[in-house]
Amino acid sequence: MNRLRRSLGPAVLPLLAVLTAFIVGSIFIVITDFDNLSKLGSDPGAALGGAIGTVVAAYGALIVGAFGEPGNYWAAIQSGGDPKAIATAIRPITETLVAATPLIFTGLAVAVAFRTSVFNIGVEGQFILGAFGATVAAIVFSEQGLWPPLVLLLAIIFGIATGAVWGFIPGFLKARTGAHEVITTIMLNYVAAQIVLYGLRSDFLRQAGSSQPISKVLTVRMPLMFPDLPAIRLHWGFILALIVAALVSWFLFKTTKGYELRAAGFNMTAARYAGMSAGGAIILAMTVSGGLAALGGSMEVLGTVGQMSNDISSGFGFNAIALALLAGNRPSGVVAAALLFGALRTGGGLMQVKTGIPLDLLFFIQALVIMFVAAPLLIRSIYRMPARSTAEVSPV
Amino acid sequence: MHLELKEITKRFPGVLANDRISISVDRGQVLGLLGENGAGKTTLMNILSGLYRPDSGQILIDDKMRTFDDPAEAISAGVGMIHQHFQLVPVFDVTEAVALGAETTTGPLRTFDRATARQRVAELSEQYNLHVNPDSRIEDLPVGVRQRVEILKALYRKSDILVLDEPSAVLTPFETEELFGIIRGLADGGTTIIFITHKLNEVLEVADHITVLRRGTVAGSADPKTTSREQLANLMVGRDVELSVAKKPSTPADVVLSLKDLFVRDDRGHMAVKGISLDVRAGETVAIAGVQGNGQTELVEAITGLRAADSGTILISGVDVSHATPRRVSDLGVAHIPEDRNRDGLISQMTVAENYILDAYHREPYSKNLVFHPEAVRQRAENGVQDFDIRTPSIDTVAGSLSGGNQQKVIVAREFSFPVKLVIAAQPTRGLDVGSIEYIHRRIVEQRDAGAAILMVSTELEEVLAVGDRVAVMFAGEIVGIVEGAEQTFENVGMLMGGHVG
Repeated sequence: MNRLRRSLGPAVLPLLAVLTAFIVGSIFIVITDFDNLSKLGSDPGAALGGAIGTVVAAYGALIVGAFGEPGNYWAAIQSGGDPKAIATAIRPITETLVAATPLIFTGLAVAVAFRTSVFNIGVEGQFILGAFGATVAAIVFSEQGLWPPLVLLLAIIFGIATGAVWGFIPGFLKARTGAHEVITTIMLNYVAAQIVLYGLRSDFLRQAGSSQPISKVLTVRMPLMFPDLPAIRLHWGFILALIVAALVSWFLFKTTKGYELRAAGFNMTAARYAGMSAGGAIILAMTVSGGLAALGGSMEVLGTVGQMSNDISSGFGFNAIALALLAGNRPSGVVAAALLFGALRTGGGLMQVKTGIPLDLLFFIQALVIMFVAAPLLIRSIYRMPARSTAEVSPV
Repeated sequence: MHLELKEITKRFPGVLANDRISISVDRGQVLGLLGENGAGKTTLMNILSGLYRPDSGQILIDDKMRTFDDPAEAISAGVGMIHQHFQLVPVFDVTEAVALGAETTTGPLRTFDRATARQRVAELSEQYNLHVNPDSRIEDLPVGVRQRVEILKALYRKSDILVLDEPSAVLTPFETEELFGIIRGLADGGTTIIFITHKLNEVLEVADHITVLRRGTVAGSADPKTTSREQLANLMVGRDVELSVAKKPSTPADVVLSLKDLFVRDDRGHMAVKGISLDVRAGETVAIAGVQGNGQTELVEAITGLRAADSGTILISGVDVSHATPRRVSDLGVAHIPEDRNRDGLISQMTVAENYILDAYHREPYSKNLVFHPEAVRQRAENGVQDFDIRTPSIDTVAGSLSGGNQQKVIVAREFSFPVKLVIAAQPTRGLDVGSIEYIHRRIVEQRDAGAAILMVSTELEEVLAVGDRVAVMFAGEIVGIVEGAEQTFENVGMLMGGHVG
């Protein structure tokens, strides 16, 4: 156990938090299973067996829904490369990756800001505005007949820039005037949503014949990872997310600017004494954060969805706050936590269909995970771990 | 009353704070409890005052066993604590502050019996020569008087055993002398007193008996009449300690730091530094003495670029830095040991290596074109840890987990890791153990001998006298006197610190 603890290092607490949340979740599955509970008086043995059965069925469906059916994988291997069988087998796991992709970007965005002790609640707004910027650029440049790969590149750059500006504004306001970033970013979320709505109602962007705020279908898209399997939505944006996570990690731990962000985040006064510009660190962190969120938005619209709407984000920016907390603001942790959240989102559908347990259970579990992560002492006392300083060690 | 603590043991997770500690004080005696930070003094006193319960051991008052479940029980048993940080309501007058929590009431509505309380406060003040006016407002009182109000509080609650925790930390030398007089008076009147300190002179002066704690155990006892400072320091640290700072006479050369008519405001906009002019030359140490809060902090912040000067000039090697950034000042070859190491000097969540480069990370060899050279960082941090004998498991250890002395060594090692022209050291040894103090003083003197100009700010008179080649005393934002050579005595500097000019 000790060896395990050392090798996993900072991941131990979050992992135990996840485990505990699932255990508590199973208790709720059992006590809301009224058919079974009614047997408790007459046949306790059957009731207990039934309870275990329900939990196993629910979590089993969750796992299968998120990662795929072993039988389907076997069939795909047996079929000798039949595209349809392969697509059926890998569809659940690729859907998990699709769901994780925007969360990786938004999680990184929150984590970078958090590292500088800036609470960027505006990731949601930066995400949708980034998606909007990418959409506008994609439509404008493809209508001018530019080479499609160039259109894609310009759309991504334009998307990032839009979100970076949207992050820069609250950063600048905080650094120069002390305006609290929580207030300004929340307000800018509303502004971003209204800008997107207004833009989507313009004839230039709106889908012909639709009265809904939905853009035209984009002709230039992120390439799919399995072009031969059109049913698989996974695109190269996922790989880009992993690369960006590695880049963010490098930026934070191997560059002087990243060092400044972390130093200012831990102790603004000492950073000032060391000759750093605290305001500069805040502005940089918010700009990078906004850019990362916007890149996520761009990938969502250019990759997964293919057309812009005002509900392009299903709360990715807000979920990212919990996610970054779970990840301990580490880029690797963000990737892991995003995969977990993505799996819950994807697997929950099958669980609901198969066992009738509502999707809400998963939000419940997600909330418990966050609660346990936020209360490390609780987890330590449950698993009798020695208390120690939560200060982390990070490599230079 | 006779007080005896027998075989007290208290364990905290991972630390044995008190290991079978036994002390004993007779009625009317002053016990000096001497020890470094972390020796277990405060834990022991918290047990006596009912804040902690010992894991084992006994508290005997007049040979009767007592257990205290909370501070109220300790107070009713006659134990009064005077904490380092005063617990007084600023807007109350002395009578109210003293009576708070132990009010006598009168009349059908059971209202506060102010007249009786006031009379008792006045009587006690008279009886023990405390010179406290029962009607003064707390916030108008100087620190020394507030401390006497704390003593009054304990006496008002009929404490026969008085515990004073580092009482001189906030006092001027003269206020300390007054306090010692009061302590003697209380003891003569039959009060049993425990005086906690890490200052050798103080126990020698005021105690009837000395017990020295080291690492949670009793390291030894001594009689102040027969023991010496060296013997006490030896007991405290566990090895021989060089108490005086060995240094050659200074060889002042060119002016490195020159202040002219400097005015600086504090955070509230009040003028904290009022027209200071001072030159510090290469190869000399100018010590700034003074009670805390007389403008020293603002002066240091102005020199190091952290605070804009209101008017006047600051020249470092002829360069005007009155409006320079901290980075610019640092790049001129200025080492800054800040006054609050945890707040200003270290990032406690970062590693020793990361802290070692805190104000030089942007320079080669640590980084180039914004990218770190981790090997260079590690190499130089390892060297720093070795050169300065920093006790740390590794350079990847989080700085916050080191002891205060080792944290300060990280800062000093960092500041001296590049060639230095000027050293600004603010309270460089505050709260450190004797061993670390000795070490840091030696390093500062080394820099002086190597030709750096040193400006050291300290509230510790001993330190100022031992390290400074010249001593400038600050009072109310001004330099009220500069003494050097034969004039540099305890009495002269102490007098100036209290604002007694000429």
